[in-house]
Amino acid sequence: MSAATFDKVADIIAEICGIDRATITPESHAINDLGIDSLDFLDVAFAIDKAFGIKMPLEQWTQEVNEGGVSDDTYFVLKGLAENIDKLVAAKG
Amino acid sequence: MRLEYFQMIDRIAELDLDARTIAVECTLPEESPIFEGHFPGYPIMPGVLMIETIAQAGGWLVMAGLRFRQMAFLAKVSEAKMRSFLAPGQAIRVEATQDHDGSGYAVVSGRIKSAGKLISEATITYRVMNFPNPALRDGLFEVARRVGVPPELMQDG
Repeated sequence: MSAATFDKVADIIAEICGIDRATITPESHAINDLGIDSLDFLDVAFAIDKAFGIKMPLEQWTQEVNEGGVSDDTYFVLKGLAENIDKLVAAKG
Repeated sequence: MRLEYFQMIDRIAELDLDARTIAVECTLPEESPIFEGHFPGYPIMPGVLMIETIAQAGGWLVMAGLRFRQMAFLAKVSEAKMRSFLAPGQAIRVEATQDHDGSGYAVVSGRIKSAGKLISEATITYRVMNFPNPALRDGLFEVARRVGVPPELMQDG
């Protein structure tokens, strides 16, 4: 996980959701720990997509969690989210 | 427009999926129960219905881009401004541009104009989901045909 990616994501979440930036860590779970609801998550996703120039495949990730047995930690714990953002940015070239 | 039935869009005038833009044309009804309450003696279109009109125009744009495989539900309204009034019988044009095509969501900015003058504007976020049942999809296709969505965009339509 790139520290710069995590920092940018944490800054976005703090600003949009009104969460104290100091409480957001790489181990934070966006929903279980930070309490981000589905509507705020849309805003967070929009800000991340714009900031990194990507389109996070949220529908695919949700399907993998619901049907594929993938732990939601993979996408919703911030270090996992940041790793996936790094992959999407790298794939973009 | 039939305000009390939420039929806000009369006709799609322009739809450009490459540019992600849409323009629709509508005429406010001369009479509506809405105007009886808003306001007695001074009928004007409620601002929330201006927002609804922008949201519907943008919704057609988002769903057309998805070839109507999914439905766009209103999730958020931001930067909404009502700059002027709209009276019964007034003709309007709604223009919308899709700002972002996200996974499971979309963002559109739209504006209402009348006689070239900016009346209202808003940014709309939609939650994009599968149709919850066939009845909604069928009903939506019926409206789509009425407002002039190109038939080739409607799968199974």
